[in-house]
Amino acid sequence: MDTTTSSKDTTPDPGAMRTVGKPPRFAEDVVLQVKRLSKRFDDALAVDTVNLEVKRGEIFALLGGSGSGKSTLLRMLAGFETPSEGRILLGGEDITQTPPHKRSINMMFQSYALFPHMNVAQNIAFGLKQDKLSKADIDERVTQMLKLVHMERFAKRKPHQLSGGQRQRVALARSLAKRPRLLLLDEPMGALDKKLRTEMQLEVVEIIEQVGVTCIMVTHDQEEAMTMADRVAIMADGWIEQVGSPVDIYESPASRMVAEFVGTVNLFEGEIVADAADHCTIETPALSRPIYIDHGITTQAVDRRVWAALRPEKIWLSREKPEGAYNWEAGKVDDIAYLGGYSLYYVRTASGQIIKASMANVERRGDRPTWEDSVYVYWEDHSAIVLNR
Amino acid sequence: MRFKPRVPSFTTLMLIVGLLFLYLPMAVLVVYSFNSSRLVTVWAGFSTQWYGALFEDRQILEAVWTSLKIAFFAASMAVCLGTVAAFVMTRFGRFRGKTALSSMVTAPLVMPEVITGLSLLLLFVQMAQLTGWPADRGMATIWIAHTTFCSAYVAVVVAARLREMDRSIEEAAMDLGSPPLKTFFSITLPVISPALVAGWLLAFTLSLDDLVIASFVSGPGANTLPMVVFSSVRLGVSPKINALATLIILIVAIATLLAWFIMRRSEKRRLMLNRQTLGGE
Amino acid sequence: MKSFEFAARLKRLKLGRRAVIALPLLWLTLFFLLPFALVLKISLAESVVAIPPFGPLIEYSDQVLHVFLNLGNYLFLMSDSLYAAAYWGSIKTAFISTVACLLLGYPMAYAMARAPLRWQLVLVLLVMLPSWTSFLIRVYAWMGILSNSGLINNLLLGLGVIESPLRMMNTRFAVVLGIVYAYLPFMVLPLYAHLTRLDNALLEAAADLGSRRFNTFIKVTLPLSMGGIIAGSMLVFIPAVGEFVIPELLGGPDTLMIGKVLWEEFFLNRDWPIASALAMVMLLLLLVPIVWFHRYQSRELEK
Repeated sequence: MDTTTSSKDTTPDPGAMRTVGKPPRFAEDVVLQVKRLSKRFDDALAVDTVNLEVKRGEIFALLGGSGSGKSTLLRMLAGFETPSEGRILLGGEDITQTPPHKRSINMMFQSYALFPHMNVAQNIAFGLKQDKLSKADIDERVTQMLKLVHMERFAKRKPHQLSGGQRQRVALARSLAKRPRLLLLDEPMGALDKKLRTEMQLEVVEIIEQVGVTCIMVTHDQEEAMTMADRVAIMADGWIEQVGSPVDIYESPASRMVAEFVGTVNLFEGEIVADAADHCTIETPALSRPIYIDHGITTQAVDRRVWAALRPEKIWLSREKPEGAYNWEAGKVDDIAYLGGYSLYYVRTASGQIIKASMANVERRGDRPTWEDSVYVYWEDHSAIVLNR
Repeated sequence: MRFKPRVPSFTTLMLIVGLLFLYLPMAVLVVYSFNSSRLVTVWAGFSTQWYGALFEDRQILEAVWTSLKIAFFAASMAVCLGTVAAFVMTRFGRFRGKTALSSMVTAPLVMPEVITGLSLLLLFVQMAQLTGWPADRGMATIWIAHTTFCSAYVAVVVAARLREMDRSIEEAAMDLGSPPLKTFFSITLPVISPALVAGWLLAFTLSLDDLVIASFVSGPGANTLPMVVFSSVRLGVSPKINALATLIILIVAIATLLAWFIMRRSEKRRLMLNRQTLGGE
Repeated sequence: MKSFEFAARLKRLKLGRRAVIALPLLWLTLFFLLPFALVLKISLAESVVAIPPFGPLIEYSDQVLHVFLNLGNYLFLMSDSLYAAAYWGSIKTAFISTVACLLLGYPMAYAMARAPLRWQLVLVLLVMLPSWTSFLIRVYAWMGILSNSGLINNLLLGLGVIESPLRMMNTRFAVVLGIVYAYLPFMVLPLYAHLTRLDNALLEAAADLGSRRFNTFIKVTLPLSMGGIIAGSMLVFIPAVGEFVIPELLGGPDTLMIGKVLWEEFFLNRDWPIASALAMVMLLLLLVPIVWFHRYQSRELEK
């Protein structure tokens, strides 16, 4: 999503608008700091001592299931919930106790929350009017915003006369109109159908990058987080499990929870039987041969019990028996899920363990293993990840 | 916004003031019904003598009985008529006379009673001239008058419930071979039955409470409770009426408490069911 | 054969449908709509001393069809300033009462809609409960409170705040107070229904965009609850214009209201044609508010 049109719609204010696309995506200064933030509802701890730093110009995603505390965290940033403990700093300034209408943070609501009695232009102008800008300034900014989201033609429409995608654009324009230092997106694609979702994901990112605003989004859809965000935080039970780039999260998950939440994974519980500087070996009752990994485990786990994680696309499937004493297993095809671009094979081993392996459908109707075929699965020495929690 | 105010907000204060405004005068009525003095405004000691006097007043007791009879039959008829009207308005799509019907359902809600009362009386008089019926105005004419304006209220209550109701269950019944009429009785009616009960109770209290319309269409034979009360209070306060008021307030309060209890229980049961089936979400 | 059977069934179905529509339509036409035509008819008749006390409109005698349209009743209404004063008094009183109801009822409904969910049902029942007791008796309660030897005057005299009793009974103040008291629930409930439907996210969005609470109220809450304001106001204003019981019990000679005048013309003077003409003019005055209310109500029903 390179922004070739980036400078076209920018404003005279160079501070708020970034005219260059990537790289570098953002300067290395921190816009938002969240320090030991907690929120307690009655007896339940919705958000539990969260620490977070978001850099200027970054798109940051909070990814988690329902009840993970991600929405509560977002609502505390917007000022709709008061934290039980901890502090929120925006540009170094403590805003923990600042009411929502005085924060330079704007939010795009999941339901969009467009005012039904105002037309598109009035909705966008609403925030600007609160700043007591002159009418000419407001008109100019509204026009600019309408242009930014390609809604000039619909300025006089009421929200109920718009399609889902159009409503979302208005909501985005409304939350960007005040040039906030931080933009919050609450389940930005939640109200759209699947096809429109993919389109709007790219369009929203393009608009955000064009404006250059720092952005935090909340979503339960991992694909959405991966597509849109520069960095992702995985939340569960009010905790942040891991923060990292989409690649980090997927390829180097910090825990079983993250590995299972993002994508599909095979997990083998086992024991480290050899750990040297350049390799380690894990034995697991689920497999008849050990798992060999081409690097040592540097973190000192007193407990030798670990989990080896293997992504299905890193497991090869073959009818020929592999060589060597480790990193392969024999089995029968138990089930096949044909997913278009690739197929997911469920292979049952002699011990009854199911191993998921994916196979790209490169050829049309090529010769592929089918139900009840005897097959072998094998993987590279660098494919498995060792997790100790 | 969940700003938790430490001092009660202006609106909360107004709510408290409003509720006090609604209940203080009724509390005064109740307190003075136990006053031993005939002067309602001077406290002269506790007494229940006015309750005794109330139960000896044959005129009032007869009026209560008349009113209850009329209210029962008017509410029952109004529920039938109002339900049909609501069903026609919400389920029949477009038909000739729909605008007329919906106008005639909403207009009685606001129509000044003196107009309704006068117009119905003129109708009954002309009917008697033309057909010989009703020769005497009385309970029957009051019943018709009350049924008419109560059915409008019932229609509004029931229509609201019908509109909320998931139409697919009716469609499912018809899809499974149930004819329209049978579907109405076996599916629609049971589902909207709480609204029917609410509509009946509303119609019952409206009929019991009506003074103006009944005064117009009543004849010499039938005196409803409001008519008797009115003729006694227009000349000034009377402790017997205070005792009557206390009893009415007591009955309504108990009925409301009962209704609240039932509603809360069914709400709780619904919540529990939800929790069981959805696993706590 | 089959298709014939089907056609017969369809025909039966259509007949049934028509019968179902006809039932409420006929009842309401006969007992609600037709009577208004009769009021119009009688308002054009002449008052006579007879039973019933009005003359015929159409007479056939000597092969001549006589149609009498007596406009005298309407002319009489215009000639006597008493009636104009009564109409004006009614509208003024109803208007003041409606505004007072709105000023008290709106904050109440707002607080109810913002109250914790488990409290809301209780609050609704608390507001409704008085209207389920007797209207007459609730108006009567104020007689004991407002009269010269009533509760308030006794209290103030006892405290030494005043030396002679304040005259509150039989004033416009008493009538307005009575109307506000009796009709307050009808104002609060539609407002409450609208305010609970208001999406909290809209208020949050306004705050998020920098709007203060008062500004949010004026710009978002108030316009979005306009439907409730109209419904509530009409539910108070229209019946209040024709109110009889309250001016009869709490009002006095200088609080003329048209409902009371109509009642007296009918029951005391037994002048049915004048009473009918009074009703027709009242209906004409209320036509616009009634149509407004109906429009709003049917829009509400279509939602």
